[in-house]
Amino acid sequence: MTSLTLVRRIRARPAMVFQALTSAEGIAHWWGPDGGPVLLAESDARVGGSFRVRFRTLDGSEHESTGQYLELVAGRRVVMSWQWTVGGEPDERGEVSRVVIELAPADAGTELTFTHERLKTEASRRSHEEGWAGALDKLERYFSTGT
Amino acid sequence: MVKYRPAQLDRTFAALVDQTRRAILARLEREDRLTVSALATPFAIKLPAVMKHLDVLEDAGLITRSKEGRTVTVRLRPEPMRDALDWLRRYERFWSRSLDRLAEYAEREDAAARRSGR
Repeated sequence: MTSLTLVRRIRARPAMVFQALTSAEGIAHWWGPDGGPVLLAESDARVGGSFRVRFRTLDGSEHESTGQYLELVAGRRVVMSWQWTVGGEPDERGEVSRVVIELAPADAGTELTFTHERLKTEASRRSHEEGWAGALDKLERYFSTGT
Repeated sequence: MVKYRPAQLDRTFAALVDQTRRAILARLEREDRLTVSALATPFAIKLPAVMKHLDVLEDAGLITRSKEGRTVTVRLRPEPMRDALDWLRRYERFWSRSLDRLAEYAEREDAAARRSGR
């Protein structure tokens, strides 16, 4: 499945999930692609405030991402800009994308819907909304036939 | 590590925005190679409009056109799409693992809060 939208059911109340998402202490517990440590987490969780997360991956390399909170609705919604400032994807350095996280009460917990939008061009943002990921999936068998 | 070229990624995603262009690519995937007129047949748009879509797809490196006599043959070139998929997958891995840990952490915190009556 190739999509920038991910959904998680979490057995915790939306307020707790929101706190884990936006507090420096929370971020230090979950941020990163593998079991490597978060080295630094800063978060000024208000609209216009920024965050900075530095982490080490298990291969020993260090990475840092930063961004700004664009929208914050307690227990409901987080929108932030996002970019690499150290490591990460060197070719994308300086490119700003956008992360949207929606929280909805579900059963006794929370349904979290996460979207990472690539925003460099309006066209690519629209293309995401129109579901090009599905179109890519359809063409995927091409990619399994070698390079 | 694959080198991503942001400008190329933007061209790929921009080319894939359009429904007609996606349909053209899907058809080329099924049929390997097609002449321009065969390609244009199922679409309710005129040939010049199809040609414009083909220009966009060729600029993005998603198709190649070759001329033999008076016939132009179009073929799919999937490499830029593979790069686009890799780009998406890389971020998917990053966020997927982060969100798994976020869920575990929030669940632990919530359970602890409930135990202490919050």
